Parts: sequence; structure tokens; C-alpha cells
Amino acid sequence: MPFPPLPDDAIFIGAPVADWRAAVTAAGHALERSGATEAGYTERMIGVVDEFGAYIVIAPGLALAHARPGPDVSREGLSVVTLAEPVAFGHPHNDPVGVVIGLAVTTSDEHVHFVAELANVFNNASVIPALQAATDADSIRSLLGASADAATSPREPA
Amino acid sequence: MKIVTLCGVGIGTSAILKVTAERALERLDIEAHVTAADVGSIAKVAADAQVILTSSELVSAIGKTNADVIVIDNVFDVDELTAKLEIAIG
Repeated sequence: MPFPPLPDDAIFIGAPVADWRAAVTAAGHALERSGATEAGYTERMIGVVDEFGAYIVIAPGLALAHARPGPDVSREGLSVVTLAEPVAFGHPHNDPVGVVIGLAVTTSDEHVHFVAELANVFNNASVIPALQAATDADSIRSLLGASADAATSPREPA
Repeated sequence: MKIVTLCGVGIGTSAILKVTAERALERLDIEAHVTAADVGSIAKVAADAQVILTSSELVSAIGKTNADVIVIDNVFDVDELTAKLEIAIG
């Protein structure tokens, strides 16, 4: 299943954040800007880490910020935030985190959403450092195999 | 054989871990059914499971179980899963 659109609004390169809360918040704001979620979802993503710990740091240097589906999710969404300076999330093996992917889904049914596609992308271990090093949104879309807009509206030149 | 992948909310990590685990099982030529679960459903889903795959942060949320609990550091790493699954069930 293809990824949701990843418009420029959903990408933040070199975010200056001081800690993991700010990093997750940046990924949440990017989801909000892209129209996928409302502010409450960002708070819930932080709540997941408060409740369960840093398990969202699913690979070295990469956090997958997400929460359950809810009324604050308008549509499925993906955001990518790279951090100017990596921050610790408190994970025993995978800290520090330099890339945060924000994820919003409308259903918890594992068979109908695109999350598993992330496993195909990141099966290639070079993708995380390449995301961290990317300097423009097109490079990030290309690494993930995502497009700026799934529909018709043409993207304005950067 | 039944294998359960566990994450906090059941939509992200466990779904990815399921894909990676299925790849590892294919390499090992082991037939198994892999199911994703979250912390709220783990007791029920894992009641008849032989293996639970999760991250170190969530081990304490599993509670009492007869299944082998395998801690995964990198959910995308088929090599890591293959090695750990081979030790547990190979």
C-alpha cells in the first residue's frame, strides 16, 4: 500500500530541538500543517512515550512518533523531521535520534494501512543516515518512495 | 507456531516487526503465524503464543507468560531477528 502524500509542509529539515518532547512535537506540527491531524494528536503522541517509554525509537537514530487512531486524525498522514542535533529519547540501544517520522492512521487494522511499507523502505540500513543527511524535501521523498501529492494539484517549485 | 509482535499502541512498531519477522521466518524456513498486538491485548492474543517479539521498554508490560520473550533492538533488521529467532526456536 502506498504512503500518504508527503508535501513540503510535512517535512522539516534540520529542526533545532532541545529534547525528545520538542522532537516529537515538531513531527506532530508537521502532520498538522499537512492537514492530516489536529493539535490533540501531537499531545497524544507525546503521551505514548510518557506511558510506554522510548520504544518508539525503533532503529538506531530513528523514532516513529505515533498514537492510536482518533477523532483528531483527519486522514492518514506521514511527516519527516530531521534534527539539527540528535537528541536522546532514553532508549538503551538506539539513541541518539536524528530522524523522527510522524505517523497518523485512521484505523488500527494492520492489513489496511501503509505502515508495513516502512519495513520495506528501512530494510535498507543506509536510508536512516541518508535521511539525516538530506538537505531538501525532494531527496527525502525519493528515499522513502513517497510523493508530494497523491492527487492532482501540482507542487510549486521550491 | 504462533508468534506475537508487541508494541504500545498496536499500529506502528508491531506492524513493522511483523513484516520483518515474516522475512526472518522465511529465511529460517519455519512456518509460523505472526500476529500484531498492543499492550492492552497482549494477555489475550499471546495466551497460546510460543514467542513474543518486542522492545526492551515493553517487556515489563507483558506480565506472566509461557512464551519466549525476545527483545528486538532494530525492528527493521532481518539479520537480528533471524539470529534471535533461531536461538529461541531453531
